Amino acid sequence: MAGAVSTLGRRQTRINQAVSEPFWVQLALISVALIFLALFLVVPLIAVFKEAFSKGLEVYLASLTEPDAWHAIKLTLLAAGISVPLNVIFGVSAAWAITKFRFRGKQALITLIDLPFAVSPVVAGLIYVLLFGAQGWLGPWLAEHDLKIIFAVPGIVLATVFVTFPFVARELIPLMEEQGTSYEEASLTLGATGWQTFWRVTVPSIKWGLLYGIILCNARAMGEFGAVSVVSGHIRGQTNTLPLHIEILYNEYQFAASFAAASILAGLALVTLVVKSLLEWQHTRDREKAKRAAAQET
Amino acid sequence: MRSLKKPSVIPGFGLSLGFAAFYASLIVFIPLAALFAKAFTLTWSQFWDTVLHPQALASYRLSLGAAFIGACINLVFGFIVAWVLVRYHFFGKKIVDALVDLPFALPTAVAGIALTTLYAPQGWIGQWLTPFDIRVAYTPLGVIVALTFIGLPFVVRTVQPVLEELEKEIEEAAASLGASRWHTFRRILLPALLPALLTGFALSFARAVGEYGSVVFISGNMPFKTEITPLLIVTKLEQYNYAGAAALAVVLLVFSFVLLLLINMLQHWNSKRAGG
Repeated sequence: MAGAVSTLGRRQTRINQAVSEPFWVQLALISVALIFLALFLVVPLIAVFKEAFSKGLEVYLASLTEPDAWHAIKLTLLAAGISVPLNVIFGVSAAWAITKFRFRGKQALITLIDLPFAVSPVVAGLIYVLLFGAQGWLGPWLAEHDLKIIFAVPGIVLATVFVTFPFVARELIPLMEEQGTSYEEASLTLGATGWQTFWRVTVPSIKWGLLYGIILCNARAMGEFGAVSVVSGHIRGQTNTLPLHIEILYNEYQFAASFAAASILAGLALVTLVVKSLLEWQHTRDREKAKRAAAQET
Repeated sequence: MRSLKKPSVIPGFGLSLGFAAFYASLIVFIPLAALFAKAFTLTWSQFWDTVLHPQALASYRLSLGAAFIGACINLVFGFIVAWVLVRYHFFGKKIVDALVDLPFALPTAVAGIALTTLYAPQGWIGQWLTPFDIRVAYTPLGVIVALTFIGLPFVVRTVQPVLEELEKEIEEAAASLGASRWHTFRRILLPALLPALLTGFALSFARAVGEYGSVVFISGNMPFKTEITPLLIVTKLEQYNYAGAAALAVVLLVFSFVLLLLINMLQHWNSKRAGG
């Protein structure tokens, strides 16, 4: 018996050897991967924080509390605060329509949702300048009514909405597709109203996916540069978001102040990555739990 | 409505589709249509003169060329990273896995100034390259570095799930039939992973072609030398040449749409492979 067990064990190792690589190959590949990631991801990240504190903590804090920087932070929060909820409402209703019903033109709607991912940020800003700018299609009408969209806050919000448009919908559509419609149908046949079904059945089952979409949407909204730069007009203390503030300081050779502002956004990116990973692990755990429960039932 | 959709007990079709379609038209469809309308206020000859101007041609060459090289770098190293993350165990793997998405989360302007500082002749990385007479910042090489950075997660994130789903038994069968490890990799693994690899490559390429924020800092923005197409659009806009900017934007958009179509076809191929 003991002999049989040991042969089995030996055979197992031999199979593992046959479908794996020699130790030195593994080591080489891991090293190559880690060096590549260190060079392209870790070193730039360290550089941001090192440059930010290069003139000491006092300069760092001073460059974040000066009025222009403070205004830029507030404007960035405002733009994200408007565009993220708007895209959440859109994402949920688009996902509801696409996954709960079968209708003609569905594919066209899905393509339209994906479109902003394929559009260069610069072009995203340009389309609003062409619509609402002084020489745009609606420019004369807006000027008559004393409304300003381009080179003003509404333009910044619009550009931000455009570039973050797909995030929530893209997360929810595959998730809700997978869940199907049986729970909603059960709830409705038991007498719940449509809204009750939505809030008590659908929302709880998509909450992690929704949160995931919101996190990604928010990171992009706060960090968008190209689209916002085209519509903002770079008016200091008025239409400068945090990324634009970084650019202005950098071009004025105020590197420490520029990197100080950048360090806030880098910190935001790190928080985003942590929350994102936690949500992914949660998702994997939920899945395994569901799989185990299903296995027990049968 | 009745003829538009199949019957269902679930309510809210009109409301949800109505709002989604209204919002999507307002934010995406109408503004994009306005762009095409603006570009075609030019006559045909004006349009072609703008989009085929030598400065524009030089910018396409740089944008496409650098994006292509960046995507190639990401194809090779992204594959290695995905492989290592799925197949091997090492310390700190979860952190490395999370970090791969950094280019998605880090604002492009932050990436731009960080990379420029690193690769400037006095920078941490630049100072090691100066003795070899390699200049990265303010040259096309810098554009490649920036575009590699922003396209980095795509290949990893498309290959990783496919590699995880691959059944080990196939490799075991190949090994027991006498195939060497390298042979198994080339004849079994690589063909199975090819659609995912190409999708990741195309996504990384598409993202890089339109990129602006990270490139403007490191490229130096010299016309004919380090001027990418999105920057040329901004320049035209600053000169109040709206129709010219729109014409170049149309070229960029058409190119992106073709890529998007290609990516959809690749993903279709990918899911068919995975299903069958």
